[in-house]
Amino acid sequence: MSINKLAVKAYELRQDVLDIIVSGGGGHIGGDMSCMEIMLALYSRMNVSPKRPDDANRDRFVLSKGHCVETLYAVLADKGFLNLEQVKREFSKFGSEYIGHPHNTLPGIEMNSGSLGHGLAVCVGMALAGRITKRNYRVYTLMGDGELAEGSVWEAAMAAGHYKLGSLCAVIDRNGLQISGSTEDVMSQENLRARFSAFGWRVIDVPDGNDVDMLLKALSSAKRTKGKPTVIIAHTVKGKGSPLMENKASWHHHLPTAEEYEIIRGDFAARREALLNE
Amino acid sequence: MNKIPNRAVMCEVLKNAAAHDKSITVLCSDSRGSGSMTSFADTYPEQFIEVGIAEQNLVSIAAGLASCGLRPFAVSPASFISTRAYEQCKVDCAYSNTNVKLVGISGGISYGALGMTHHSAQDIAAMCAIPGMRVYLPSDRHQTKKLFEELVQDVGTAYIRLGRNPVEDVYTEDDVPFMMNKASVLSEGTDVLLVGCGETVKPVKDAAALLRDKGISAGALDMYCLKPFDAEGLLSAAKSCRLVLTAEEHSPFGGLGSMTAQVLSAHDPKRVVCMALPDAPVITGTTAQVFEYYHLTAQGIAERVCKELQG
Repeated sequence: MSINKLAVKAYELRQDVLDIIVSGGGGHIGGDMSCMEIMLALYSRMNVSPKRPDDANRDRFVLSKGHCVETLYAVLADKGFLNLEQVKREFSKFGSEYIGHPHNTLPGIEMNSGSLGHGLAVCVGMALAGRITKRNYRVYTLMGDGELAEGSVWEAAMAAGHYKLGSLCAVIDRNGLQISGSTEDVMSQENLRARFSAFGWRVIDVPDGNDVDMLLKALSSAKRTKGKPTVIIAHTVKGKGSPLMENKASWHHHLPTAEEYEIIRGDFAARREALLNE
Repeated sequence: MNKIPNRAVMCEVLKNAAAHDKSITVLCSDSRGSGSMTSFADTYPEQFIEVGIAEQNLVSIAAGLASCGLRPFAVSPASFISTRAYEQCKVDCAYSNTNVKLVGISGGISYGALGMTHHSAQDIAAMCAIPGMRVYLPSDRHQTKKLFEELVQDVGTAYIRLGRNPVEDVYTEDDVPFMMNKASVLSEGTDVLLVGCGETVKPVKDAAALLRDKGISAGALDMYCLKPFDAEGLLSAAKSCRLVLTAEEHSPFGGLGSMTAQVLSAHDPKRVVCMALPDAPVITGTTAQVFEYYHLTAQGIAERVCKELQG
């Protein structure tokens, strides 16, 4: 799929996420929107298929910022792992399998997550398993920037550097906001490049983490990296897609009103249209 | 007196399994010495992963390995793996349904003089409360061998607590009445049933013999499987008894005593006396000294039974 088509698709899937959240009566809309292009780019490059979900050579992905499961649902549905209409109908409903965090009884989901700071360490294990079993799959995780305050992230970063896990790529959704406000006010994350470099990682900054082209280039570059793990720091916009939400911490898990829904839907449609006309 | 600690037996079983099963992996958190895993690490370096002093990482990495088809055994002091890494045990092992075996070494008050930081007197309660987590406390080297021979083959997460020091044999090499998830009957009795797990099994077994010498018919049960708890085995062993006494190297809350009382009160109400460590930092000393102090000895248990029967 061409890059432009992926960029357009990001806005179509944003609408799916909006519908999932409204149907379920809640979700983490701000982070969902910031990481949409990241997840689409990842899934356009990963070796995964609903036709062979248990293939031992498949690439692995763990959504460490598990609260952005709505975007994962939309992307997995787009890839054919899940039925979008079923997700929309059942999300967060009584007895539903489609809960507010990833659950690995669903096709395409490797591990349960939701409590922050687990994904990277689990991925270190997956990458080590690939080395032990002599398989060439790649391992990806997506973390939030607020999540980086969890100490377990740095235990895992240390081990990944120590074991020189070239098959491991972590992406940070660097939107600069968390539930209480700016990440820099809550717990400073400045100079992430130096922090990860010090742990033996290759660091790739993506200045616009909502630009599919830049993300795909970064992922390709990460794949060529040997002998060390790669972190892609994707500078994104929380709530990306509608000025109503963009860069507003209050939209971390705000449920749009009927009026807001219409505004956001209009904004998504307009941006999609603009991309089509580029 | 036996000189082989249970952890050394574990290492032998894992080495034997690793020889023909390349999916067997061992992870340590700078704990290969205390876990008796040095020999495994030296023999199968490609199946050994050192994680450093990072127990949360240890457990999550093990879960990642397991999700890719390996059979990891994460070996780390019980006090740390059961509390510091508790969430990783809950989320990455049990909830994600990964085949990780969590081995808590130097369990209970094995590190007697090192204080409460190094004691795991809460691990039974904590681990049993996690849905999907199995919990085992083998009593001696022979049972440890049987248990680990099962664990290297089965699928599903489990927590196993082992003590640091060699313990006296409860069984003999030729006579280990082991069935997975079934309590082992050490002796049958019609007056009193004594129930132990892990390192209290030997005192319980010996206490039953002391009581029999006094004309009291005392049965003894090795409840090495705390979860799934062998309720059927307990009810059967306790059937004709008027008193059941539990002894455990654990807090008085949520362990063997609590679970025994829960089962009996629901199905066969009778008096249950729970002997355990106190709800306080335990006194400084060797395991033998500490057990003696809290009456978790054959003599202490037998005396308590006599007192309870008189009362």
